[in-house]
Amino acid sequence: MTNTILEAKNLTKKFGDIKAVDSISFAIDKGEVFGIVGPNGAGKTTTIKILTTLLPPTSGEAFAGGYNVVKFPSKVRRIIGYVPQLLSADGTLSGYENLLMFAKLYDIPKKEREKRISESLHFMGLEASADKLVKSYSGGMIRRLEIAQSVLHRPAILFLDEPTIGLDPVAREAVWEYVKVIAQHGTTVLMTTHYLEEADAMCSRIAIMIRGRIAAIDSPLNLKLSVGDKNISLNKVFESYIDKSIDSEESGNYKDVSRTRRTAKRLG
Amino acid sequence: MYQELDALPKDLAEKTNLIAGFLSFFRKTLVITELEVRKLRHDPTELFTRAIQPALWMLVFGEVFSRVRAIPTGNFGYLDFMAPGILAQSVLFVAIFYGIGIIWERDLGIVHKFLASPVPRAALVLGKALSAGIRALSQGIIIYILSLLLGVHISFAPLSILGIILVIIISAALFSTLSLIIACIVKTRERFMGIGQVITMPLFFASNAIYPVAIMPDWLKVIAHINPLTYQVDALRSLMLIGGTSMYGLTFDISILIISLFILIVIGAKIYPNVAR
Repeated sequence: MTNTILEAKNLTKKFGDIKAVDSISFAIDKGEVFGIVGPNGAGKTTTIKILTTLLPPTSGEAFAGGYNVVKFPSKVRRIIGYVPQLLSADGTLSGYENLLMFAKLYDIPKKEREKRISESLHFMGLEASADKLVKSYSGGMIRRLEIAQSVLHRPAILFLDEPTIGLDPVAREAVWEYVKVIAQHGTTVLMTTHYLEEADAMCSRIAIMIRGRIAAIDSPLNLKLSVGDKNISLNKVFESYIDKSIDSEESGNYKDVSRTRRTAKRLG
Repeated sequence: MYQELDALPKDLAEKTNLIAGFLSFFRKTLVITELEVRKLRHDPTELFTRAIQPALWMLVFGEVFSRVRAIPTGNFGYLDFMAPGILAQSVLFVAIFYGIGIIWERDLGIVHKFLASPVPRAALVLGKALSAGIRALSQGIIIYILSLLLGVHISFAPLSILGIILVIIISAALFSTLSLIIACIVKTRERFMGIGQVITMPLFFASNAIYPVAIMPDWLKVIAHINPLTYQVDALRSLMLIGGTSMYGLTFDISILIISLFILIVIGAKIYPNVAR
């Protein structure tokens, strides 16, 4: 009897000849906050898309809550929550409506619905703006709303793809706090980020992903110890792995950059 | 505070009962439609700007051609003949560019979250299609007002009105799903606009919207007969006008529209997840 809730086995995704994800394996325990860090174009988003059933892998297997994500996608979809990197709240609806629509789509019973919505509006500090259109929200508010939306149905696993991209430091730390509380209540979190201090602050374990491969996987402390001592920053650790595996600058292709900038612009 | 996160909800959709599954499917479909209608309620301006094009067709094209008397329209005046055709056209125009919204949602990332949810793909597609139908109903109102002003002989029998509403919703759903399929294939706005323009013209002109199929050359007749717009116009013409009759039979028209819609929804549900890839 293991405690594994999310598992990847030799997961590979090719786009044409390019291996976006190259035979990665990991197992995440119930209750962990697991981070995948890496430069743009490392394959982080592709990995999340496979695990959330949006993208079929070229080879390898993945299991969420014990269900194979390719064979039982609808079982998987029921137990996961997902906040995409891109802006996913609907700007032309109010915050309340964004939550209400998802509550209905996830079959949350009518009696329970209003209670959960007002709870999460309160928890995320969005009560005052609940009836305003989301396009009038700040970037931090939108992210909070999106996270609230993704946990309305109490998922067992929450996927956060670059949850703080484009946010200012204050809004970023607010997001960290909310995610920590969500994790404390038993939801397993898998997040990607390229902010190393974010991974350091939040994650129980980190996978460093470079060019579709996992270069290292351990707790932030152990990763630091493996390179030097516990007082160095995770940046140094990251740099050492980057040096090992990369001969030129690695920062994603044009498409990645333009997408990241676009998201940052919308949220900022 | 944030409570009972670990208390998973009763898994309603686990019901294996077929009827329950069916009901759940339609409930989800209607939630998607509700979502789209709420958006429209926040910003209804597009409903009014869409009134301009059909008005121009009826006022300019219609008025001129009813004077020319070049087109054999049986017992009806040309404006009478044309009004249901223009209604069908404006429903088509509302629906055929629906895919732009799909691409927009894809670029934003909204689609990804829906696709990672347990809502059946077909419910997502059908829900959106029905909302296009509701959008298109506003076109019906505009055409009715214009027709009244221009003296078209409109039937206001309750059954006719109900029939018109049904035909508008089904055909808007049909063409918007076609649009969704195209959007899922081309994936960018620029390409979509190009293709949208290219297919709108033949759909419109290879139909009985502004002239009867009888005056077409044979090869065009064939195209007109496989064009769902022809059956939409035929149904609208028989329902909208006093003394209106159907060339192919109303039941046949509506059956064709429903079957086409069903096929497109099945294809759409299959192809829609591609937008998130």
